[in-house]
Amino acid sequence: MSSFNSIASLEEARRVAIFGGTHGNEMSGVTLVNLWVKNGAEIQRKGVETKPFITNPKAVEKCARYVDTDLNRAFTPENLSAPRGDNQPYEVQRAQEINRIFGPKGSPDAYDVIFDLHNTTSNMGCTLILESSKDHFNLQMMNYIKKAIAPSSCLVLLNEHPLLKYSTSRSIAKHPVGLEVGPQPQGVLRSNIFEAMRVILKHALDFIELFNEGMEFPSCTVEVFRVLERIDYPRDANGNIIAMVHPNLQDCDWEPLNPGDPMFQTFDGKTIRFQGSGTVYPTFINEAAYYEKQQAFVTTRRESLVASSIRKV
Amino acid sequence: MENASFSPVSRVAICGGTHGNEMTGIYVVREMQRQEADQTGSVSITTVISNPRAVEVCRRYTETDLNRCFTKALLSSPITDSTPYEVRRAQEINALLGPKESQEAVDLLCDLHNTTANMGMCLIFYSLDWLTLHIYKYIQSKMTSAPVRAMLLSLPKSEAYSLESVGKHGFTIEVGPQPHGVLRADIFNMAKEAVDHTIEWLHKFNSGSTFEEGEVEAYTVVKSVDYPRDPTTNEITATIHPELQDNDFKLLQPGDPMFLSFSGETVKYEGEDLHPLFINECAYYEKKIAFHLAKIITVTLPFISVKKD
Repeated sequence: MSSFNSIASLEEARRVAIFGGTHGNEMSGVTLVNLWVKNGAEIQRKGVETKPFITNPKAVEKCARYVDTDLNRAFTPENLSAPRGDNQPYEVQRAQEINRIFGPKGSPDAYDVIFDLHNTTSNMGCTLILESSKDHFNLQMMNYIKKAIAPSSCLVLLNEHPLLKYSTSRSIAKHPVGLEVGPQPQGVLRSNIFEAMRVILKHALDFIELFNEGMEFPSCTVEVFRVLERIDYPRDANGNIIAMVHPNLQDCDWEPLNPGDPMFQTFDGKTIRFQGSGTVYPTFINEAAYYEKQQAFVTTRRESLVASSIRKV
Repeated sequence: MENASFSPVSRVAICGGTHGNEMTGIYVVREMQRQEADQTGSVSITTVISNPRAVEVCRRYTETDLNRCFTKALLSSPITDSTPYEVRRAQEINALLGPKESQEAVDLLCDLHNTTANMGMCLIFYSLDWLTLHIYKYIQSKMTSAPVRAMLLSLPKSEAYSLESVGKHGFTIEVGPQPHGVLRADIFNMAKEAVDHTIEWLHKFNSGSTFEEGEVEAYTVVKSVDYPRDPTTNEITATIHPELQDNDFKLLQPGDPMFLSFSGETVKYEGEDLHPLFINECAYYEKKIAFHLAKIITVTLPFISVKKD
């Protein structure tokens, strides 16, 4: 537990990267990064080197999530330390290359902040994804962003679950930040989604500039949704899905799901109800990419995290 | 208007997965197969997953769009080693459910599709066919929770390129919005209901029920509009404007916002008053279509009944 009175002194965030196309069919990030590679004026901030970067160009070319394997699961210690070779899956080679440019992961040379831009088919609105409840810099940034865009909302998803946590492209940085905006179909570019992501990044970069200039951010409370478990579709003995997300649950990301509430509907119209022991907050409901990952939605619980006061060293 | 009569519609094909990532049709067909719904009364039903290879990888197609492979020319083209999978598959389907324009073809072919555009339930017809337009009228009268619309493209049979042209009668059931690769229960339920009403109508028709003359409205495509693009790279430089996005079928008038460029400029529509359709359909980016523009026509349907021998 951090003391409310002490101020955490942190290094300036000098090197920032913005990743798009980690999934090649999530169009907001692909479009924004391509725009900024051509003309980066919008993302420049005093004292910060901001690098926009397309992480999975072959997947972007094909407008597919990935070519051989999901890049956003590929940054495992095994993959990153494996010897280089052309026989590796494309995304493993990419992960090693990205680790060379923006890492090495876990070392003092790694980039300070990486924003990884994603879209989802789920009705999640604007979501910031946090990988550690103890990253006070990120917590303060997320608090700043939430306040800046109010009354529009931006929720924080915390995935610190030892089994469900995964090795993301952004995990190379000292402060990894996931930006997930939906709903948007894969391969489609919607104006409202594109502009929402752009605005969030603007505020995030403003925060970094203010921090680097010496502004102190007092202790604050940040509401987060902590990932609890993954719920799969009901399946038959051959692994085929036998029901769909129920119409009452569809599009209800972040709303309470109580025991007994409709959860799935079979193809012949029967309702399957949620059997949990208490209320949960589901999210990533009916994300296209997660059918193959055996996930219909994840459950979360609401928590308040306290961020220490922070100031640059 | 003269009454029309048609032979009984006893052989029906219901197809899904013509595009491998349009999930509703795939699951409606699988559910019908699971329920073994192959003979109900006077109607025998064949269910087909049209593009199994594309379904396997959850992509629209593997080499070329299957739903453009049913022209007379492609159906009779010789097969070589370099023939794309979908051209071969179209010929297989033509042998199974056709041959197109022959006596052996199925009486009715319904092809199930999804779109990322906000089109609700939209039936697509490739010609003025009184029988299928009466089915549309019937479905529209039965499904009252959301609008059911009709889109009419007029193509002579030999030039018709899509799957439903293989049947003696045919139409596409297009339902949206649904992201490709996603299966929504509300969209599934709507599509299944439309298929059930179609089969119900066929039973009524075959058993001698008559259907009164009446008028239906249909949208007929006049032209298509592409995204603004960079002249050197051909990349799009604007998105559908937020005021146009999701407003399929709503009249678009000169001066209305159409696109919003990445640098914040609004591009306004110039032209005659028309109705946009298929606004921001994912699969149409590569076909250089941001949306179609259509006018409304009124079609008068005659009284129809089954031909008695």
